[in-house]
Amino acid sequence: MSDENKDTAGSTEPGEGGGARGRVIGTPSPARDRTLLAQDDISAPAGVGEELDEASAKRAERVVATFFLVAFAASVAFIAYYIGWSGRNGGMHGVTRARESNFWLGGLMALSFLALAAGVTIWVRRLMTSKPIVQERHSLQADEETRAAFTKDFLEGASDSGLTKRPLLRRTLLLAAAPLGLAPLVLLRDLGPLPEKKLRTTIWGDAVKKAQAQGKKGVRLVVDGTDKPLRVSDFSSPGGMITVLPEGIEEDVPEDQVLTQTAKAVTILINVPEDEFKPAKGRENWHINGIVAYSKVCTHVGCPAALYEQTTHHILCPCHQSTFDATDAAKVVFGPAARPLPQLPLAVEDGYIVATSDYHEPIGPSFWERG
Amino acid sequence: MSEATAGATAPKAVEGPLNFIDDRLGSTTFFKRNMKKVFPDHWSFMLGEIALYSFIILLLTGTFLTLWFKPSMNEVIYNGSYTHLKGVQMSEAYASTLHISFDVRGGLLMRQIHHWAAILFMASILAHMLRVFFTGAYRKPRELNYLIGISMFVLGMLEGLFGYSLPDDLLSGTGLRITQGVLEAIPLVGTYGYMFLFGGEFPGQDIVPRLYMLHILLIPGLILGLVTAHMMIMWVQKHTAMPVKNQTEQQVYGYPFYPVFMAKTGAYFLFTFGVIALLGAFAQINPIWLFGPYDPGAISAGSQPDWYMGVLEGALRIMPNWEVSAWGHTVSFNVLIPATIPLGIVFGGAMAWPFVEQWVTGDKRHHHVNTRPRNAPIRTATGIAAVTFYGLLWLAGANDVLADKFDLSLYATTWFFRVTIFVGPFLAFIITKRICLGLQRKDADVVGHGVESGVILMSPEGRFSERHEPAREEQKAVLLSKENTRPEAPQRDANGIPAAKGPLGHLRSRLNRAWTFDDIPVEEHEHEHGEHAEIEGGKQSHEISH
Repeated sequence: MSDENKDTAGSTEPGEGGGARGRVIGTPSPARDRTLLAQDDISAPAGVGEELDEASAKRAERVVATFFLVAFAASVAFIAYYIGWSGRNGGMHGVTRARESNFWLGGLMALSFLALAAGVTIWVRRLMTSKPIVQERHSLQADEETRAAFTKDFLEGASDSGLTKRPLLRRTLLLAAAPLGLAPLVLLRDLGPLPEKKLRTTIWGDAVKKAQAQGKKGVRLVVDGTDKPLRVSDFSSPGGMITVLPEGIEEDVPEDQVLTQTAKAVTILINVPEDEFKPAKGRENWHINGIVAYSKVCTHVGCPAALYEQTTHHILCPCHQSTFDATDAAKVVFGPAARPLPQLPLAVEDGYIVATSDYHEPIGPSFWERG
Repeated sequence: MSEATAGATAPKAVEGPLNFIDDRLGSTTFFKRNMKKVFPDHWSFMLGEIALYSFIILLLTGTFLTLWFKPSMNEVIYNGSYTHLKGVQMSEAYASTLHISFDVRGGLLMRQIHHWAAILFMASILAHMLRVFFTGAYRKPRELNYLIGISMFVLGMLEGLFGYSLPDDLLSGTGLRITQGVLEAIPLVGTYGYMFLFGGEFPGQDIVPRLYMLHILLIPGLILGLVTAHMMIMWVQKHTAMPVKNQTEQQVYGYPFYPVFMAKTGAYFLFTFGVIALLGAFAQINPIWLFGPYDPGAISAGSQPDWYMGVLEGALRIMPNWEVSAWGHTVSFNVLIPATIPLGIVFGGAMAWPFVEQWVTGDKRHHHVNTRPRNAPIRTATGIAAVTFYGLLWLAGANDVLADKFDLSLYATTWFFRVTIFVGPFLAFIITKRICLGLQRKDADVVGHGVESGVILMSPEGRFSERHEPAREEQKAVLLSKENTRPEAPQRDANGIPAAKGPLGHLRSRLNRAWTFDDIPVEEHEHEHGEHAEIEGGKQSHEISH
């Protein structure tokens, strides 16, 4: 019916007011006409045709219908592709087929939406005959009388309820409500454990302790990924950098804790040329001829400080570009990090590189209790 | 048209249900009143609609994704159809995201549409917000809707961060690591917040399920509520109009909701969905299968968050490494300041602005017709300064990419942003204000002396001059929409309350002067043609001729 309605509107419009409209199009706005036809004059530039020429309207209708048909065809093709083709040979598997189905499904979906959108737009601009209209902006606020009446009712209600007259009632009610607000917060306590000293130690400490209990000097370093213990001779060429973890982290730690412990224990081993290496005070025997280990967790906000520049011996964190000097106890050279990367004490045992203790300070970003 | 439809009755299919509802709810009164609600026209009024429609698309595609996504951090061995990762240990969240991408037909499309829609959602909110700010559409009575809008942007940032953290790939894990580092920096309660959010130490086993709940339930619920409120308030207050002919403070001029606006906005929804579908089909986004599962020891260079988190990233990057340790406690200003101050300034400032402006100008009237940006130079200049500030921080968030693409020193880019973040906004303010005043001058000229007609006249003495013609009525309506400053600051505000005395009152009147002192009045002279300017002697006598 709405379609029908539009049709009649379209066909009767020009006939009914045709004379006036003819003037608008034909004459270059003489003042007299303009005053007569102010309303029409305004609507024209907006493109919503009031003066529908039946021939052009028919043309527009056909264009719109074509777009709608394209949209229809695209949706049908979408469904047809999905049912008939995307699942061939036992369904979609792998990159190639995923890409193919993505192109077809997405492309057809986009085509369907865009064709529909274009059709509706042309319909609005070429076929709708609504005129622009004017509406009053009513004042939003209530008038004085209403406000006064409300205030009166409000006070009356408050006094009827007895709340204003009975302070004991009021105060105990407030008192009763207060802890209710806190109750949900208390419930959140079990979201996680308390921090305690957890952030001060890493799994290196436990691993070293375990190794020393077996009469060894320290725990062996294994390469991240291969889990192979590292010999000094394996890592003898200066300029190398490798990510290491304590031996046994995969076996000794409960499975659901491995990632968490790795996130703290992850360490970079760098072979700095010995003549350029400046061991820090009190850490003279923490390195092996320039082979030195630093925490890989950036002291800024914890990204892995993973880039090592061989020529300058700078360790760079790719997240926020904090830069540390590997030759000089990982001191901060540039960027937002405030503290050097903590250093792991190393030694040699049976030709293997071992760590002789945990980090001597908390690794990673600073926190309030760190001190 | 009215004659043709006057006696007709609506078809049964429409009338039946309408009457059914009306008998029970009295809804036809509402429909009758609102069916022809007027919507003023301007292209920039569509920006907010993009956000609304993106949000709908997000809800639809997001629902689809939940059907297969498994918010679990249990480690599994991948055995799906993406051969490069076969046999690799990964979390169930990551494995199920791979499953959606490679084994669910249309899954990759929905993922990409979801991500693109999120990006468009945030971008269109920002664009919409800028339009509202620069045209003064936030003024009374629309402050509440403006505040709701800003809240939605902030919620959108969280929603986006949590959303792209869910697949548990290398990039998103890095984002979470940074989130954790920032959380830890909060004085006093930081480590508690960290432990409580992650259910232990990073990354633990809880964070993905928790973010999942926040991402698909809590935050979208809040946004949905705010969107509804936003729409209803807009509906009740009626849309603002641009300062053009026919638009006044008392009346709104435009096309009726039914059928014109309804059809247009429907088409607009389809356009939005169509364009996003096009992006989802042909523009790859967040290819998590290339990043690999999260590994706390690994990272790829050029790790970038989604664009709306870029400001925070930039602020973190350019901050000098200030940290204080005393009495056994550490405060990391190098993290705290960039995490709170810049966005605090931008969003806090934006939220306070309508009220500050009201206080300074003493203007507590209702405004339904927008202002042209040039006619509020201080507002426009402040806005551009904020845009510069935000934009510089945003660029700083990609300084490694900039350094790489333009072959610059990485540290030089950092220093560039460290300096320009302070200088840039000031320069932007001054330049913008100058431009605004220049444009005001031009408007005053056009209104006062007319438009250059291109017709050259030769006087009997042989002098050449160009004839000026009065501006067209439509143009004049636009130019004269400027409300010239009152000569003096009002001593009393609209409610008759005297201006505050003391330092605060002093500050206010100084700000008020700064706001208005260089305003250029745009007004019609009492003669109409520029050529008459010289012979204008007695104004009174002249008036008669017009």
